[in-house]
Amino acid sequence: MNIHEVPQDRGMITDERREVCYAVDENGRYVLAGSAGWEPKNIANQQAWNLIGQMAARALEKIHAGQKSPLAYHMAVHQMDVGLLARYTGISRLRIWLHLKPGPFQRLTDRDLKPYADIFDISIETLKSVPDTLRHHAFSETIHDGSVQ
Amino acid sequence: MSITAQPAALPETLQIDFHHHQAAHCESGVCANLLRHYGIDISEAMAFGIGSGLFFAYLPFIRVNGLPLTTYRCEVGGILKRVFRRLGCKIDWQTFKDPEAAMAALDAKLACGIAVACRTGGYWLPYFPPAFRFHFNMHNLVVCGKKGDDYIISDPVFPDLETCPAKDLRKARFAKGALAPKGAMYDLKTVPKMDEMDLAAAVCLGIRDVCRRMLYTPVPLIGIRGIRYLAGQIRKWPRRLGEARTLLYVGQLIRMQEEIGTGGAGFRFMFAAFLQEAADRVAMPQLLDLSPAMTAVGDQWRRFAVMAGRICKGRASADETYENMALLLHSCADAETAIYRELLRLMKA
Repeated sequence: MNIHEVPQDRGMITDERREVCYAVDENGRYVLAGSAGWEPKNIANQQAWNLIGQMAARALEKIHAGQKSPLAYHMAVHQMDVGLLARYTGISRLRIWLHLKPGPFQRLTDRDLKPYADIFDISIETLKSVPDTLRHHAFSETIHDGSVQ
Repeated sequence: MSITAQPAALPETLQIDFHHHQAAHCESGVCANLLRHYGIDISEAMAFGIGSGLFFAYLPFIRVNGLPLTTYRCEVGGILKRVFRRLGCKIDWQTFKDPEAAMAALDAKLACGIAVACRTGGYWLPYFPPAFRFHFNMHNLVVCGKKGDDYIISDPVFPDLETCPAKDLRKARFAKGALAPKGAMYDLKTVPKMDEMDLAAAVCLGIRDVCRRMLYTPVPLIGIRGIRYLAGQIRKWPRRLGEARTLLYVGQLIRMQEEIGTGGAGFRFMFAAFLQEAADRVAMPQLLDLSPAMTAVGDQWRRFAVMAGRICKGRASADETYENMALLLHSCADAETAIYRELLRLMKA
């Protein structure tokens, strides 16, 4: 890659920081050059976030329809599945599966909920509630163009 | 030179005089930064080459977010292990069960004035731009100070020192899932003097290891054979997986190539930079001729990513097809084979 070809396509990096990459200067020597991002990377990254957004939206729908507990939403937003959440909290998969149901979730005490609130770094009140519509920094763009159903 | 110091109580603000250099990849960057801290003049590219970081493997049976894993670099921790062994450094490597003990051990090292490297997950580090915050447990950083309850961190992929609250660093060190870091931390125990080091031998070992693994690993998923196997798979994806899922597979391929730690093309450029630097430092001018060839391979990998990106976005032109992606991979494989054969011949001579 020539130093003049180092891509500067904004996307994933939103601030003034730059990642560095190796590029060849006029004399054929390798130097480090700052890059603001690259379009193919941005596309793949956006695709991954769309997927996470879809999962969260699907969870929200089910919660509002009374089929799932709020835990499902927080789990999706933190990109976790039951297995990963079980490893983080030390709660068995079976119990998490149960807590994902609205009835059993409602009967949980604050003490039962604390491990979840701790790992998601939110209060127990927030854990019990879900937003009406999806809002999350990285999916905001997705929601505006309406690609999340 | 042996690094020992007496522990002292941790003051309110503590900052070790650590020269932070931004790097393109976390593991080789941490390696180079740590060595430079102890006066060993090794650049990131040199660390990457000596540590035999270049690699390729397509491992469809390992799933990341439910999609197959492709890797363009060696195993996690492999660069560190080999660089320190080949340069004759000893490291103190620890993992922990208990997060409290892990943080206390980190504080104790800092109090001795030792900069400590940690392996962490990426998801919990608050200074990451939001778009980068996925669950991947292959990040490396150096903790080089503490200010109140915040740690001062030299994260090699960021331009400046960053700060990270203790509770987030603790979560990051104990990230769970595939390749969980288990609080791993390491620092250099002994470092030989620069002039006692056999840099030429280390460079040769590094190059030979890369070439052998890429050319002769007897598994069709690894090295050059892995690149060709992936090309064959890409041809089959649209028929086997359907259009929507194929796009996810292709997207994952770009993410693994370009986003997760520098990427396929990035690693090829870094290796080319290594060949260039090594040619000067160990007086092997023949290596210099192979550097542009490696750069050309990197450019091909970039063309592959551009094509894949357009296909993902549904903006592909007529000649941007899965078939052409596969052909491009075969030509990468051909070019890399020629380079590795030539390098091996040089190493034998």
